[in-house]
Amino acid sequence: MFFEILELPEWVLTASQYMLAAAIVLSTIRAIKVPTLLDRIIALDLIAALTMAQCVVLTLVSGFIPYLDIAIAIALISFIATVALVRYLESKDL
Amino acid sequence: MMTIIISTFLLVGCFFALLAAIGVVRMPDIYCRMHSATKAGAFGSALILIAVMLAYPTPRVWVGCLAILFFFYLTAPVAAHLVGRICYRSKLPIWKPKKKK
Repeated sequence: MFFEILELPEWVLTASQYMLAAAIVLSTIRAIKVPTLLDRIIALDLIAALTMAQCVVLTLVSGFIPYLDIAIAIALISFIATVALVRYLESKDL
Repeated sequence: MMTIIISTFLLVGCFFALLAAIGVVRMPDIYCRMHSATKAGAFGSALILIAVMLAYPTPRVWVGCLAILFFFYLTAPVAAHLVGRICYRSKLPIWKPKKKK
């Protein structure tokens, strides 16, 4: 289950995790302050994609492979959530 | 050598993910924002997944990463198309550059 952790430089892993965290914070700001409701859907979709990327980087940091399964689940659920929200909004007037 | 390649893939992928978030915050128009979020976000995630595939060359990891790549590139255009269609049908304004006089 655990793999031998690869000898990546420490600052590479730290920098990639901080960059993804900054991206999640920025898109959360956009999801809170929105001009229209559809912007919120786009920002939430992006947050899901970034969370998936963060899980994949966590696999690389810790060497614990089952984090990849979490990433698969997030990738599937975010698509279904986006489609459900958009199909619901189609039946209403914006 | 392998370490340098994996680090490059990882850092470039994270940079593109950050670029997608900056585009979502800074772009003037909902169509531009959608374009930034879907394309740059998917590209950054794909680069990070390739980095993990290079780091652990085992069947367990490759099957998982290829499944994520397949689903992501199958579903991201569909979701973007749905959002773009509802934006266009509800006649949201399209941004135009201001003319200099």
